[in-house]
Amino acid sequence: MRKIYLEPRTERSAFAPFLVSMLAVGLTIIAGSGLFLIYDKSPIAGFHAIFIEPLLSSYGIGEILLKLGPLLLIAQGLAIGFRARVWNIGAEGQLIIGAILASVVAIYFDGSTSSLLLPAMVLAGALGGMGWAGIAAWLRTRYNANEILVTFMLSSIALQILYYLVTGPLRDPQGFNFPQSITFSAAATFPILIENTRVNASLIIALVVSVVAWVFMQRSLMGYKLVVGGMAPQAARYAGFGEKRAIWLALLVGGAAAGVAGVGEVAGPLGMLQRTISPGYGFTAIIVAFLGGLHPIGIVFSSLLMALIHVGGDFARLSVGLPSAVTDIFQGLLLTFYLASSLLLTHRLRLRKSDPAFAVGAAE
Amino acid sequence: MTALLKLTGISKIYPAVVANDAIDLTVMPGEIHAVLGENGAGKSTLMKIIYGVTAPDAGTLEWLGTETRIRNPAHARALGIGMVFQHFSLFDTLTVAENIALAMKGSVKSITPRITAASKRFGLNVEPDMRVQSLSVGERQRVEILRCMLQEPKLIIMDEPTSVLPPQGVSDLFRTLKKLASEGIGILFISHKLDEIRELCDVATVLRHGKVTGTTVPREETSKSLARMMIGRDLPHAENRGSPEQGKVRLTVSKLNYAPEDLFATPLENVSLNLHAGEILGIAGVSGNGQNSLVGLLSGETILPDAQAACICLNGTELGSSGPTDRRALGLHFVPEERLGRGAVPEHDLSENSLLTGFGSGLAKFGFLDLAGMKRFSSETIEAFDVRCGGPNSAAQSLSGGNLQKFIVGREIALRPEVLIVSQPTWGVDVGAAAAIRQKLIDLRDEGVAILVVSEELEELFEISDRLHVMFRGRLSPSVKTRMTNVEDIGLAMTGDFQRLETPATPSVVEHA
Repeated sequence: MRKIYLEPRTERSAFAPFLVSMLAVGLTIIAGSGLFLIYDKSPIAGFHAIFIEPLLSSYGIGEILLKLGPLLLIAQGLAIGFRARVWNIGAEGQLIIGAILASVVAIYFDGSTSSLLLPAMVLAGALGGMGWAGIAAWLRTRYNANEILVTFMLSSIALQILYYLVTGPLRDPQGFNFPQSITFSAAATFPILIENTRVNASLIIALVVSVVAWVFMQRSLMGYKLVVGGMAPQAARYAGFGEKRAIWLALLVGGAAAGVAGVGEVAGPLGMLQRTISPGYGFTAIIVAFLGGLHPIGIVFSSLLMALIHVGGDFARLSVGLPSAVTDIFQGLLLTFYLASSLLLTHRLRLRKSDPAFAVGAAE
Repeated sequence: MTALLKLTGISKIYPAVVANDAIDLTVMPGEIHAVLGENGAGKSTLMKIIYGVTAPDAGTLEWLGTETRIRNPAHARALGIGMVFQHFSLFDTLTVAENIALAMKGSVKSITPRITAASKRFGLNVEPDMRVQSLSVGERQRVEILRCMLQEPKLIIMDEPTSVLPPQGVSDLFRTLKKLASEGIGILFISHKLDEIRELCDVATVLRHGKVTGTTVPREETSKSLARMMIGRDLPHAENRGSPEQGKVRLTVSKLNYAPEDLFATPLENVSLNLHAGEILGIAGVSGNGQNSLVGLLSGETILPDAQAACICLNGTELGSSGPTDRRALGLHFVPEERLGRGAVPEHDLSENSLLTGFGSGLAKFGFLDLAGMKRFSSETIEAFDVRCGGPNSAAQSLSGGNLQKFIVGREIALRPEVLIVSQPTWGVDVGAAAAIRQKLIDLRDEGVAILVVSEELEELFEISDRLHVMFRGRLSPSVKTRMTNVEDIGLAMTGDFQRLETPATPSVVEHA
């Protein structure tokens, strides 16, 4: 009898990461078609709305680039931590705290026309995100508290702090009791990059950070130490790469990136601090980071894809009448299929006669 | 008489290698049959086929005269084939009886008298109520053998059983095995130790590169002729003229007490030693007697509190509380016993792995990697140490154990150590690479480097070291010049009796030559 077996790869193919991503996209399209059929919609129309329509108008492209910025920025920061096996899943909270601190600066210096105001806000945002992530780093290194739980729960706390501030201390006194701050002045917002779109200069930060992330991970000693710590903790101990430093660095980098992404929102399309800052960029960026193979270049492509799905979901709602949850579903499908397919990075499928070694499991 | 087990033309092909190539092997009842071969000769694959872990790609297996396909280990056990693995599979926190009951039908209570009876019958002295964590390695092995025996096997496979035993333990084991054989049980004894095989076994099947290169009666062979069958040429031996004289003290450990965080690890008790320039100091002992704690403290992977910093000094500098990077900067380098995952990052190539310990020696500049320098460094190491691999871009995990060890030893030597600490330098390394590594260590000693070798292999220590310590339950014996002692005295010390090392023995070289 012939069966399919999983067999460890003896050598890794250079194309494997690319093929695995393509496989995940392919499977998502198949599963997505099934979903469209359930809703009694034509899969072709559905995919056209999600993947093609946004690319046909300058408005659509602008919206994609607008979403690309924060996703790219956060994912680059998170990926550095993930490579070190530090699981910061609370980028959403770090984004919120970054946005709050930047807003405090903007509100305090309201009326200033100084060109230093925006850089100061970016700095404040980065520090805010770092501080929030730093709590998790401290608890992990001091008390060995699991950073997954801590960062996640800190996200909920950050949200509550935001709710308190926009309904209290930071509320616009002339805002008719709406839970939002004053509108930021021009000096406290990013300049528009492309006419007639909402794309602003924060996208440049994300692109620069991508380049820096590449240099850091591929060429710097610190990046090397982080990677060794993640891949082979014993080798890192042998070499003398401090584990605590790696944890701090991993969390602070991710926190800073998320904090700056928060600044990009309040000083970008929102122009103020309000109850909803991000449509879950901090969580989506986790998917982006993994889909990009935790590699700075891969992440550029995966964040583009995720931004497209984000915008395409809105288009599908309007033109085909699909529910807005379609975006979440597609992101979820993509991640699930990616995680499943990534087994093929280290293993391959073989068809052969039944072999008890694999049926029983290693007895040794 | 029908053969217990008869293999004909057994072959097993893996994606990268032919592990077994048309192997014939016959085991008679009451026979102790050696399977001899280097690492990678195909011994383990063959045993896995017999024990039903892996299915052969070709060939037939006859069990008691009938052709049989062994489906899995449970099937093998049901047929009467037992296996004692090299690495024990016992639960530390359970008692002997509980451990055995896990593998059998029946309650702990009903099994206990059977254990006592069996341990008397086979001379395997074990207390059923003892917790495994408090047993010595030899006792644990006896538990494994007992567990195997209680299932009343007709054939027992033993995988390198002596590698974990002190010399005295080996003779106990051999007595037991001979007794089992006299009751008609067949034993397949896997080893690469030629003397043991000549002493114990009735027949030997020698494997090389997956093929049988000979079946012979080992008693009628010399170690030399067996070695030739095993590796295809004469056994290489390192050339050791002996250290001219001891140089200055490089490394001192004084009154080191240490309780590891891991409760099951052995604490160190008042350990002191001096390591001189131009000598190889060996630390013998059965593993698990505190060697890992000591090595970790010397390498800096474990750091002592500041108050104890003076317990370890290098050229007079206190460094007990400094990390590995600081120690390397002072000239102390270390080769760990685990190669993949500790001495090298498996997924990284050799070039990247040269950075692991070389980053402080110019392979990283201003915080950035010197890719060209890393490549040059690793190419030079590959060439100087004859590392067989595809080049600096080969992943560490693609190298054989021996070649990776040559690379790691080569890397540390190329970083110009003043003191080199090596843990199990040739553990699991093929004979050729082992001899090359030992020779490099001796050459390095002759250049004036101080070398500390921790090893379980007594032969190795006697071959290369100038002085010896023995470690037992966290204590270190006084040191003795290698040429002033012998295997028996060291063996006694390995079971805790330091007396013969404390009173300077009469030079026993003459007596035991």
